[in-house]
Amino acid sequence: MSIAVAAPVAAGAAPLRRDIGPWALTLPLGAAYLAFFVAPLLMLLAVSFYADERMTTLGLRQWERFLGDPFHWKVVADTLLLGAKTVAATVLLGLPLALVWRTAPPFWQRMLLFIVVLPLLTSVVVRTFAWIVILGREGVVNALVLGLGLASEPLRLLQTELGLVIALTQIEMPLLMLPLLAVISRIDPNVIDASASLGASPWRTLFTVILPLSLPGISAGCLLVFASSTTAFISQSVIGGGRLVYLPALVWQQAMVVSDWPFAATAAVMLMVSVMAVIAVIALVGRVAAGRIGG
Amino acid sequence: MARRRSIGELAYTLVIGGLASLALVILVGPVLIVLATSLTEGRSIRFPPTGFSLQWYELLLDPVRSSQIHRAASNTLEVAALSALLACVLGTLAALGLARLASAAGRALDAFFMSPLVLPGLAFGLAALVYFTLLGFRPSLELLIAGHLIVIVPFVLRTVGASLTQLDPALLDASASLGAGRLYSFRRVTLPLIAPGIAAGTFLAFMASVDNVPVSLFLSSARTDMLPIRIWGMMESTLDVRVAAVSGVLIAVAFVLMVVMEWLVGLTRRMRG
Repeated sequence: MSIAVAAPVAAGAAPLRRDIGPWALTLPLGAAYLAFFVAPLLMLLAVSFYADERMTTLGLRQWERFLGDPFHWKVVADTLLLGAKTVAATVLLGLPLALVWRTAPPFWQRMLLFIVVLPLLTSVVVRTFAWIVILGREGVVNALVLGLGLASEPLRLLQTELGLVIALTQIEMPLLMLPLLAVISRIDPNVIDASASLGASPWRTLFTVILPLSLPGISAGCLLVFASSTTAFISQSVIGGGRLVYLPALVWQQAMVVSDWPFAATAAVMLMVSVMAVIAVIALVGRVAAGRIGG
Repeated sequence: MARRRSIGELAYTLVIGGLASLALVILVGPVLIVLATSLTEGRSIRFPPTGFSLQWYELLLDPVRSSQIHRAASNTLEVAALSALLACVLGTLAALGLARLASAAGRALDAFFMSPLVLPGLAFGLAALVYFTLLGFRPSLELLIAGHLIVIVPFVLRTVGASLTQLDPALLDASASLGAGRLYSFRRVTLPLIAPGIAAGTFLAFMASVDNVPVSLFLSSARTDMLPIRIWGMMESTLDVRVAAVSGVLIAVAFVLMVVMEWLVGLTRRMRG
């Protein structure tokens, strides 16, 4: 659950004179971040450089183990691909919903917003559970498919990547919708009317006017969806099952089952580095798009 | 030409309308299906549910047979309340500071404070476990509160920051020129105006803590069990229908709280940023 990251900071809105020093106000939170955020992450990085499980000798053994094994590279690639597929699916469904929302009357706009936010406030575990009920052998989809005679055997949807992407689409969609709706509601309706009255088809207006103007919102949303879906351990393990291995499962298994902290730390650092690299690219696209609109 | 355009328009309406409807069904459907499932008379989770009964809710409320769930729920509430309170105080102070820092350094600090939103939570969860353990701490609710604080404070920063941008500086100038001291102006002008933002942010932070998996996954233990982790355990092992009943309760609570917060502080407007 989250709010538009792209929203600009209060840029010098209230020049309250030079006084108690605004920096001092950020000090308590800064101290908490140093003690509970920066220090743990640095420690994680340090632990990945222990050569043995009992953490007595330093060395690059864990990194050699991780980077030298094609299986681990496949896990990294699968994790990033899962995020990309989820992002694509949420945009494919979320953007049309945002377009409908833009032209809806105020009452329906509020109702739609409510519908988008409610899943966000119901636990991720609850939403994951819902998809077990829907995709399971005796679930909703199979009841429909068998009832309509479309198949003679129950479909296998749980423990497949398709099922997982469908579930993650619902679980993560609100994260895309909030920043997207924020940006799309700020588009000047006159621009869209102008495009239409100059003879552009709705498709052309969508791709040449609305889409470029919503890119900052889309990128802010994609960023959150990507970050959240690649780290969604419970959804991945419950819906994806044991055969689909993603980085979070590798981290959890190595840390809590095998108790090999140095290797778990290595996998966790890889998770951070690879996800943050993709996120940096998405953020850059958003920034460039925002700059083009501004300029 | 005119006809070609109308076909294009029809296709546009159909495609966009169709995808938007699908999005709505996917968003709302699962919530309704969980509620329906939790009212089943049967002994297993299947759809459509057979009959109607409240037996799973009764079992869930039974203090003896569901004691582990109750304990996890009370731990979760305690951690959420205290971490949200901390996030409210520290986050509001920091947002007040950040609002007055227009420099590049101020923006960098803001990005740093917001980074837990996009940083893989699971990596942070493991980092917190390793850190606290190597420092010699045993698993406790206090450690969970510290871990949760980091991942929920961005919600307070964002909503309070948004309220502060909407604050008219002329009000503060007026207050100052009428002879009010800075603290008095803050208490009588700034605070009342940003209070809804603080409330909305603290509420979102609270809900994020209740919902948190990545940090609780590593920092909770048998003694400090947390609700989402317990539900996960129930889903992995037996998949008893009580999972549906817990889910039903959580959905109902979220719904009621959301309606109340919408009415009090215009929650959804503030989440849109």
